[in-house]
Amino acid sequence: MHEAAATPAWVLLAYLISGVCFILALRGLSGPESSRRGNRFGMIGMAIAVVTTLVVHTPRVLGNVDLAVAGQILAAVIVGGTIGLVTARKIQMTAMPQLVAAFHSLVGMAAVLVGAAAYLNPEAFGIAVRITPIASPSIISIFPQSRIEMGLGVAIGAITFSGSVIAFLKLNGNMSGKPILLPLRHVINLGTLVAILGLIAYFTQDQAPWVFFTVAGLSFAIGFLLIIPIGGADMPVVISMLNSYSGWAAAAMGFTLHNSAMIITGALVGSSGAILSYIMCRAMNRSFISVIAGGFGGVSASADAAAIDRPYKRGSAEDAAFLMKQADQVIIVPGYGMAVSQAQHALKEMADKLKAEGVRIKYAIHPVAGRMPGHMNVLLAEANVPYDEVFELEDINSEFAQTDVAFVIGANDVTNPAAKTDKSSPIYGMPVLDVEKARTVLFVKRSMGGVGYAGVDNELFYRDNTMMLLADAKKMVEEIVKALG
Amino acid sequence: MDFISILSIFVLACFVGYYVVWSVTPALHTPLMSVTNAISSVIVVGALIAAAAAGSMSSKWLGLVAVALASVNIFGGFAVTARMLAMYKKRERKDA
Repeated sequence: MHEAAATPAWVLLAYLISGVCFILALRGLSGPESSRRGNRFGMIGMAIAVVTTLVVHTPRVLGNVDLAVAGQILAAVIVGGTIGLVTARKIQMTAMPQLVAAFHSLVGMAAVLVGAAAYLNPEAFGIAVRITPIASPSIISIFPQSRIEMGLGVAIGAITFSGSVIAFLKLNGNMSGKPILLPLRHVINLGTLVAILGLIAYFTQDQAPWVFFTVAGLSFAIGFLLIIPIGGADMPVVISMLNSYSGWAAAAMGFTLHNSAMIITGALVGSSGAILSYIMCRAMNRSFISVIAGGFGGVSASADAAAIDRPYKRGSAEDAAFLMKQADQVIIVPGYGMAVSQAQHALKEMADKLKAEGVRIKYAIHPVAGRMPGHMNVLLAEANVPYDEVFELEDINSEFAQTDVAFVIGANDVTNPAAKTDKSSPIYGMPVLDVEKARTVLFVKRSMGGVGYAGVDNELFYRDNTMMLLADAKKMVEEIVKALG
Repeated sequence: MDFISILSIFVLACFVGYYVVWSVTPALHTPLMSVTNAISSVIVVGALIAAAAAGSMSSKWLGLVAVALASVNIFGGFAVTARMLAMYKKRERKDA
């Protein structure tokens, strides 16, 4: 604010244009056709922001461009850029949730580093005044308002970082997906949160290093504590929430630097993540608070242990092939199990064989199928499934009643009819796919022993019109393909 | 810019974000996450300022590390989004 006169108008304009490009990047995602153009807008926006910054803040020594520093910056961009490009090219589509978590952690860390750099050299960011009292060394005093913005930015960035690292470890299988419950965790978390906010308030009075670095340290700790108790199946919410945080961190830094590109972007990303979290919570019929409080799925896992002995019908790949070949319409319901066994390509092959027999194929996607929003759609797209064969829950649910075969592969709780009927069930009220209304349900599952993440038995397994196909998803689909001839 | 102008930009951008994101088709929610990830790396602006500034060595090195981290995200985020979006195809229309 005190630097307003120092920033030329064209710079403000350039950052504004860059912000508008980011809005267009998200707008493009309203449909697959426009999305590719949207992504290019995003790149253009980023290029404008970077070039503008480099022009305004060219490293100088004695009036000339400081080539040594410019070289270091270029080296940092090349090293980071190469790692990014190689990772982006090599990563498997099934590993997308881990990758996104890892990327979130980098944004969080970058925000912390920028905050720390601004704290150590506030004059470079134009957020401080130099006060020179008579007969004593000069003091650099950071504006109180900037201290709050900086403190919040660092805190949110640190939470994003450590939370995303834990999310990454859980998604990547380095850490158990089961919730880890510490005693008194709510008290500890709330206490830490209050301490962080209190210290940021105190920071306006005293800009001592210990205040700044304690805020950062406590924020790292709370990010870790917040995600540890959340189970693997709640990851779609967690990953959306961290997405949101990475945006708020960028926005807070934008306030510190008075940079409209950062503020616009931060607001966009922040609301995007918040909306995705809301959609995921709604799809599980759970409140955001209860997800964040954590612990879901670890409690009632053994409640229905006796139910495993109930009679069910078991089928073979040949039975499945025969049933589907006779069908007019087959709806495929994929879930996380399909991702785990990488069955999407085999599944597409099966669908093609069936289409050649004159069977109509559709895919039904539950919003929380998989480990992140849109996870199943990406995997199906990777296997070349045309996106106009893929339907959302509300668009296809009424069709199961007129469908001959529902082919459930690697999904469980999202098909459980107990969510509609059994008030005592932990998933009661969650919107589910009405697969049981199809004439026949083929249910691909590794074994009868395991239950879904909610730890509830699925009534569907024991119905007369259900045939269990017990095997690894990919293996079973490959066998069906063989049986189809 | 004074605080109120900045705050106005922020609040209005939140509203824009709200409406734009609701118009994103659910099938593209994963690319939405990866592209928002890439653009939130606009924080690189702050990192560049720190890396280019004279005055504090530690601040400069923190800036350089932040530039590298943000670059991973920028290049990786846009590239992986482009890779995903290229996979979304329409059904091939058969000539009847």
